[in-house]
Amino acid sequence: MTTRSDMTGRQATAAPPAIELRGISKAFGPVQANKDISLRVERGTIHGIIGENGAGKSTLMSILYGFYKADSGQILIGGKPVDIPDSQAAIRAGIGMVFQHFKLVHNFTVLENVILGAEEGARLRPSLAKARSLLADLARDYELDVDPEELIEELSVGHQQRVEILKALYRQADILILDEPTGVLTPAEADHLFRILRGLREQGKTIVLITHKLREIMEITDTVSVMRRGEMTATVKTAETSPEQLAELMVGRKVLLRVDKKPAQPGRTVLEVENLRVTDSDGVERLKGISLNIRAGEILGIAGVAGNGQSQLLEVLGGFCEARGTIRVNGQEIDVSGKHSNGQTRRARGIAHVPEDRQHLGLIMDFMAWENIVFGYHHDPAYQKNRLIMDNAGILAEAQAKMERFDVRPPIPTLAAKSFSGGNQQKIVLAREIEREPDLLLVGQPTRGVDIGAIEFIHQRIIELRDAGKAVLLVSVELDEILSMSDRIAVMFDGRIMGERLPEETNERELGLMMAGVAGKEAAA
Amino acid sequence: MTTKLPYWADIVLVPLVSLMFAAIISALVLLSIGQDPAAALNVMVAGALGSAYGWGYTLYYTTSFIFTGLAVTVSFNAKLFNIGGEGQAQIGGLGVALVLLALPVWPHWTVALVAATLGAAAFGAAWAAIPAYLQAKRGSHIVITTIMFNYIAAAVIVYMLVDVLRPPGQMDPATARFPEGAALPTLHDVPGLDLIFTRSVPANVTFFVALAAAFLVWVLLWRTRLGYEIRAFGQSESAARYAGIDPVRTIMITMLISGALAGMMAINNVMGESERLVQNATEGAGFIGIAVALMGRNHPFGVILAAFLFGFLYQGGAELGLWTSIPIEMRIVVQGLVILFTGALDVMVRMLLVRLIFHRPPPEVAAAARERA
Repeated sequence: MTTRSDMTGRQATAAPPAIELRGISKAFGPVQANKDISLRVERGTIHGIIGENGAGKSTLMSILYGFYKADSGQILIGGKPVDIPDSQAAIRAGIGMVFQHFKLVHNFTVLENVILGAEEGARLRPSLAKARSLLADLARDYELDVDPEELIEELSVGHQQRVEILKALYRQADILILDEPTGVLTPAEADHLFRILRGLREQGKTIVLITHKLREIMEITDTVSVMRRGEMTATVKTAETSPEQLAELMVGRKVLLRVDKKPAQPGRTVLEVENLRVTDSDGVERLKGISLNIRAGEILGIAGVAGNGQSQLLEVLGGFCEARGTIRVNGQEIDVSGKHSNGQTRRARGIAHVPEDRQHLGLIMDFMAWENIVFGYHHDPAYQKNRLIMDNAGILAEAQAKMERFDVRPPIPTLAAKSFSGGNQQKIVLAREIEREPDLLLVGQPTRGVDIGAIEFIHQRIIELRDAGKAVLLVSVELDEILSMSDRIAVMFDGRIMGERLPEETNERELGLMMAGVAGKEAAA
Repeated sequence: MTTKLPYWADIVLVPLVSLMFAAIISALVLLSIGQDPAAALNVMVAGALGSAYGWGYTLYYTTSFIFTGLAVTVSFNAKLFNIGGEGQAQIGGLGVALVLLALPVWPHWTVALVAATLGAAAFGAAWAAIPAYLQAKRGSHIVITTIMFNYIAAAVIVYMLVDVLRPPGQMDPATARFPEGAALPTLHDVPGLDLIFTRSVPANVTFFVALAAAFLVWVLLWRTRLGYEIRAFGQSESAARYAGIDPVRTIMITMLISGALAGMMAINNVMGESERLVQNATEGAGFIGIAVALMGRNHPFGVILAAFLFGFLYQGGAELGLWTSIPIEMRIVVQGLVILFTGALDVMVRMLLVRLIFHRPPPEVAAAARERA
């Protein structure tokens, strides 16, 4: 290796790339997750990697971080070939990883988490002292300020993420890999993260950002690599590309980034909510008097930072959270006390629910797709062979048909739900809920963790349901989605509705302020 | 998913390899105490399977283990770990005794069997109902409460036998012999089978009840709405709530069925074999049921096979104590090793096979990696 790089003067003088991958391939059985991938990430840059779910981004990063061993190919860090059999080796090579789901001990302090696994010696005190001073330096240099003595569980999600970054820096990472870092952040927190990342870049750190959000790629990266079906389809300078071009490279065809819809034709009122209050098991009031209504043929979008009561609103309407107040569906009052109602009675009232968390609520991950396609509706007489036995063959056939209509890939109803990608899991839930032709559809985070090609499809199906004269309640933390899908927008903050806006008369700035608790009039000013 | 073992390997290869490990370690233990493992295996196989008489005992134990294994299987599909099979089977025995002693004479054994089965199931279910209620309503952990209820059950049985059911003048704490017409036909008494079982054996018609119960449990879990709800609740309680599956109802029904199955074991040992209720009639079969369910992959058909294996170990182990100088405790060692490898070290064996077959990281690592996908 050395002799070759010494041969040409140009290579000898130019700094070697921070990461160079040569011909990496990895197969899982018949699935070629990574196909002959070569990648150069230059030192001191922010390098984006985008691709749909299942494109092989995570596999590639897992190889880099020592979770998988590549079938073939070579990894060079700082110009030197390295072997990364496990994550310890990756850390030694100067690679730090910030996972989408944080790996923090919740009842430990920030400091204890930072040194966890990197303690020097049996006594904790010297390590803690060293970490404390280092943390102070890092906080000053990179706006990475968190109170080292605070417990993790007391921190906001944005701060927890900073602790993950601090952990990597404490282990002297030169290369920082972030996997979908903004999925859980508010717009303001995301901006702060980007400031941190820019600061790190200025100090010569190399950052690899895995994301599916085109806007982030455009905003922060220097270079972007696009993956599709296990292959690296392009690496381009961010300044020389456009979101449309990137989307096309990702999906392999032209993609509509804007939602195409006709003006709403609102009809009779389907849902009326008055003064809805929810107190959780810790005695904290989560909903503080919510009132809203939705008419047939319209989509009411609920904007807000996660954790401001949207989840409780969906749970009450879906029938699995107790509340006080009044809910009327089609003019008839429904029980909110939880004594005479549950998900079954809600479904009988024509309320369908695509929950925010499809993996823990909407699907049984170990059940096969066909078992999931009747989940919640399994008491329907249409699914019974007789009083005791379910009509499994009939359900299987129906699942097959629904999966084909909703373009679930692969359309194999006997596969476990967990075997599908996020987008296809969501399509299974949507197929189940939308095809019941409900009067009211509750949708939470319909496109979270869903790839671009599927987002377009999911949005179209929801709009179609609206156009068929059904009412839709859309909860999303993605402002883009709220703005493009909704006919009316209500902003939630701290268990209250801060105000309602029409999408054509508002903008992200105003909504962002309302989401942060600035009252409606001031935000408009 | 990509690292999951194929179905056949999961249900056939993993248990077989686990058993092989258990056998190897058992052989080493035997060698270390100066015994010949091959000779010991010979005695076990000959004693348990070498004669119709041996089969008669092996199948008798198998029958008991099928019931207790099914009890654990049903509850475990709802992720309720019912450790109380032992106590529920003991109280089931009390139910059998009370029902059978209620009449001075029974018209026909079939009538007695139906009545005793109902009694056993009702008593077993009732004994499971209390921990189930505490779990469903108060959140008291079912593992803890069912274990405690095993001790209470044993004490209740002693009290009933000593102070209530013991006939006047009888010395040992046991009920009177069950009345005439309550004896179940052994396999020797079954027309056709008497050509094989030429002598009276403990295995009786309850064996067929056990097989029927296994089939019904399969139907329940994989063909009925209730089974669908039980499995859904077991896989994800939060999703079950979303779907409107009532957790209290599901816990109660599941545990009632589980307790009833454990209780039904009593028709095998109490009604079919001893024909009266004695102390500790279950002989630990309730605990063996846990191992049987684990090894049977919580599937009724797997339970039948696993119950047969443990039946073999029980009977073969008894023969060891009878015909060799190997201490009877050795059978507990062997059983312990089988439980250790098939139950506790199952994941280890699985990882080993995954590596051997696929040269891939084991599922845990793959799952950790996937989490970031």
